Amino acid sequence: MTRYIATLGRATLDTLSTIGRAGLFLIQSIFCLPSREGFHLWLRQMHFVGVMSVAIVLVSGLFIGMVLALQGFTILVSFGADEALGQMVALSLVRELAPVVAALLFAGRAGSALTAEIGLMKATEQLTSMEMIGVDPLRRIVAPRFWAGFISLPILTVLFGVVGIWGGYLVGVDWLGVYKGSYWSNMQDSVDFVDDVLNGVIKSLVFGLVVTWIAVFQGYDLVPTSEGISRATTRTVVYASLAVLGLDFVLTALMFGDLG
Amino acid sequence: MKRNNLLELGVGIFMLAGILGLVFLGLRVSGLGVGMPNDTITLSANFANIGGLRPQAKVTMSGVRIGEVTDIQLDPKWFDAKVTMQLDSKYDGKLSNDTTAAILTSGLLGEQYIGLTVGGAPDMLHDGDVIHDTQQALVLEELIQQFVSNMSK
Repeated sequence: MTRYIATLGRATLDTLSTIGRAGLFLIQSIFCLPSREGFHLWLRQMHFVGVMSVAIVLVSGLFIGMVLALQGFTILVSFGADEALGQMVALSLVRELAPVVAALLFAGRAGSALTAEIGLMKATEQLTSMEMIGVDPLRRIVAPRFWAGFISLPILTVLFGVVGIWGGYLVGVDWLGVYKGSYWSNMQDSVDFVDDVLNGVIKSLVFGLVVTWIAVFQGYDLVPTSEGISRATTRTVVYASLAVLGLDFVLTALMFGDLG
Repeated sequence: MKRNNLLELGVGIFMLAGILGLVFLGLRVSGLGVGMPNDTITLSANFANIGGLRPQAKVTMSGVRIGEVTDIQLDPKWFDAKVTMQLDSKYDGKLSNDTTAAILTSGLLGEQYIGLTVGGAPDMLHDGDVIHDTQQALVLEELIQQFVSNMSK
């Protein structure tokens, strides 16, 4: 009996110390003094994390916008309100789908790669050797990757939204024949720049922070074996996706809960 | 070195695309800047019932957008809704004194907006004036209620 209670206690202590280490890790890697060399490292990571993710984000944004327009049209047309298509596509993309889906894709595309990369560095003791020659691995390895993820995700989210709205336009206006003027004017009447667009960007900033944090910490903190790397990569995707979905609800409740 | 330049160019294009995307979302999707020029005049009107009218709803004349609703408040004197709207300043002194303001709906389920119709009075409306001749929003429940009470007589 006491053994089970002790197991519970150990699990709690483990979880708490992991959370504590993750917090310290975040603070230590955020506050690194910028340098010329650091900027180049960051640039390289921006290319890997951001630029290389553009293709998947654009393609999925286009298809999600097109599907939204198609589904929305079949529902709206039965109320005779197909002019509201632009409004529906734009609001659902800008408020919800762009930040969330871009963050989920980002966790799968870039987050898992970050974990595996840092994890392999740890397993092959590159991180330890860096410390031995007096280079801070947090500053050289973790900080550029962290900042690259934090800055890339909002940009990817904006691109996702733009392409999605264009996809909705292709299906709604060019194919299904919604009047072009009402697609745009209904959208402009209902979408507010601060309430909708900027709140979406704020969401994606939060998601960028959380996803990259989870990814680099899982890589830095894993058990340095090949099995440990595979587990940590899986954990990154699972934890990051759950965190994004959970935080999305909280942020939505804070941002739009009192709008009525 | 060549490769590094290419990488910098890629990241630069990526950042630029993000900024342009945000500008697109601002201008084209949320309609920032296209609606309101800086020079505006303020008019107000009292309605018995505004229905679902919200701030930022458009103000139109003959279907053309000429301004937007900036504020809606309950007038404590008459207990009706006082709607403040901003119009392009080029309409200052062009709308007649007996202009009517009606709350209309675009389509069956669309947004509610204000439609102005000019009258024929010689005096004109200026900045800060009040439109007296108003027509309240069509509320479906009230219509049904009237219909039912007429039927039962």
